[in-house]
Amino acid sequence: MKRRSFFKLAGAAGLTLTGKSAIAQEPVEQTEFVGVLVDTTRCIGCRSCEVACAKAHDLPVPDIRNDGALEKVRTTSETQWMVVNRYETEKGAVFVKKQCMHCWQPGCTSACLTNAMYKTRSGPVIWRSKKCMGCRFCMVSCPFDIPKFEYHSTNPRIQKCNLCWERLQEGKKPACVEACPTDTLMFGLKRELMEIARVRVYRHPQDYVHKIYGMSDVGGTGWLYLSAVPFENIGFRTDLGTTPYPEFTTDFLYAVPVVLFGLPAFLMGLNMLARSNEEKSSGRE
Amino acid sequence: MREKPKLSKEIVRFVKFMISEIKPKPPYITPFNVITVPIILVGLVILVIRFSQGLGAVTNLSQEFPWGFWIGFDVITGVALAGGAYVITFIVYVMRVEKYHPVANVTVLNGFLAYVFYAGALILDLGRPWNIINPIIGNSFGFNSVMFLVAWHFLMYMAAEFIEFSPVVAEWLGWKKVKKWLSAITLGAVIFGITLSTLHQSGLGALFLMAKAKIHPLWYSEFIPILFFTSSIFAGLTMVIMEGTLSHRVLKDHIDPEHHASHDEITIGLAKFATVAVFVYYFFKLLTFLHNKQWTMLNDFWGFWYILEVVGFVLIPGCLLAFGVKQRNTSIIRVGSIMAIAGVILNRLNVSIIAFKWDAPVKYYPSWQEIVVTLMIISIEIWVFRWVVSRMPVMKKRKA
Repeated sequence: MKRRSFFKLAGAAGLTLTGKSAIAQEPVEQTEFVGVLVDTTRCIGCRSCEVACAKAHDLPVPDIRNDGALEKVRTTSETQWMVVNRYETEKGAVFVKKQCMHCWQPGCTSACLTNAMYKTRSGPVIWRSKKCMGCRFCMVSCPFDIPKFEYHSTNPRIQKCNLCWERLQEGKKPACVEACPTDTLMFGLKRELMEIARVRVYRHPQDYVHKIYGMSDVGGTGWLYLSAVPFENIGFRTDLGTTPYPEFTTDFLYAVPVVLFGLPAFLMGLNMLARSNEEKSSGRE
Repeated sequence: MREKPKLSKEIVRFVKFMISEIKPKPPYITPFNVITVPIILVGLVILVIRFSQGLGAVTNLSQEFPWGFWIGFDVITGVALAGGAYVITFIVYVMRVEKYHPVANVTVLNGFLAYVFYAGALILDLGRPWNIINPIIGNSFGFNSVMFLVAWHFLMYMAAEFIEFSPVVAEWLGWKKVKKWLSAITLGAVIFGITLSTLHQSGLGALFLMAKAKIHPLWYSEFIPILFFTSSIFAGLTMVIMEGTLSHRVLKDHIDPEHHASHDEITIGLAKFATVAVFVYYFFKLLTFLHNKQWTMLNDFWGFWYILEVVGFVLIPGCLLAFGVKQRNTSIIRVGSIMAIAGVILNRLNVSIIAFKWDAPVKYYPSWQEIVVTLMIISIEIWVFRWVVSRMPVMKKRKA
């Protein structure tokens, strides 16, 4: 129900936008969220995506032949927006790419008091340096622990995958998707990716577990994952629930205006009562 | 009516007065000064390093633990312990209970300074403090952020508390008309301040609502805001009791004799309010525990740790306070108060640091630099407090 109203809102926002751009004779701006489908059964762990990501964002390029990084499970860092991990499972080695999930309703953006963390209209969650004051509340609020902070810098930035926002605006695909030699990664509208993912599971029911990670986890994410083994065996948290993270604070935030206007009135009333009691008792004396 | 003094003369008088007042008063070498001066100097050096080499140079913060001692203790615990100001102003100015009037000024001063220094400590922790104006001047309002609410309420509450305290400043400066005018708006400031306190005390708890996947389930609850609010009431009251005890020992000369006499009565009365708040809080704690059906979690380290907090530092101090009130024994009340304060500190540290990522392979613990800076902030606050109390008519009854 909540999600539907969210769509309505997004649709309404889209309508007003198309109205405006029609006058300005500009191309209609994207109003549907994009995402990436990751089919972990196809990944061979070549880490071409890691190299492409580092090159696209001026990060240190990993030496994928010699660094032996697959030996242990890694997490993203302030110099790595994404990592590929290897998990030994009952169906052999499985490689899993990890990066920002680009939630549909992200905890980080609702945590941000300056809108530095920002959910763009087409889906990527980006970080804007001019707004951020470095409070790191986004890091506390992200269920996937994705935003990373440069602790050893006097001008520290939050570092995380931005779904190649700058490349998307040029009409290109994200760097990692373009670099993938095995079609593990597929970029597109989330709606269409969901159809593709469902078809794959339906056609090859024995090759996949019957869950698409990201379909509804934490309210749905931009990145979707298919797997041959249960997701908790390949480094996913499956206990996060389907509630979008911002909703954990809505009850509190809705109560704020009520308290802000109700409580002063109540206190005034108490004060008047106390005064009238004083007058009564002093009258008696 | 004396003649109206010329403005230039008045300014000269004011400057002379300020110069004479700003000078420190002897004795200069006291145990407190000997301890705090080195702490402040070392703290300043650490801050220079922090601002020239980044947060990582002096703190143990990590990607796993973005918030450490400066947030968990200085801001989140410090603000809870400063809750006395809104509770006392509620009792004195809204409910008009005259008995507690003697502690009103000093509590408001304590509250104001606590906010300036402990909420101010937030700035040290900000990675990009030059952008702090963004959520204030209005070019980037994150309306759906709890942090936005807390930041604004901190700012406005500091203003409200300053207004509440300002009649004392006006009296010190000899500005009679200003004082009269400021006293007239005290009630408004008080009501505004209580409302803001209610919201940001609970807001500090609401900051952790989205850390659902990270905080141990015994400490995470959707009712954290309510728990934080109710515990701030007795945290503030027990702090007022302890501060009163301390200042009656240390600052004897600055206190009205009349106030001295009523001190025990005030302590017992405040303890009565605190007892009620402790038991309400304990009841809420129990309710969230039962509601989440967490019996099975009690049988490991975290379970014992939780029991220690809830029974050892909420239920037992609650009983001690109640017993102390019944026996009219201020020593028992003081022991209960210290334990209740410890319980609130423990709770805030549990939520923000200790039970946060309780299952992480590498745990966070504060670096010695983080602790020294915290001690520095506390020391400077006490310095300022001492300076104000020894000059302004804080501990004397305000004549409205």
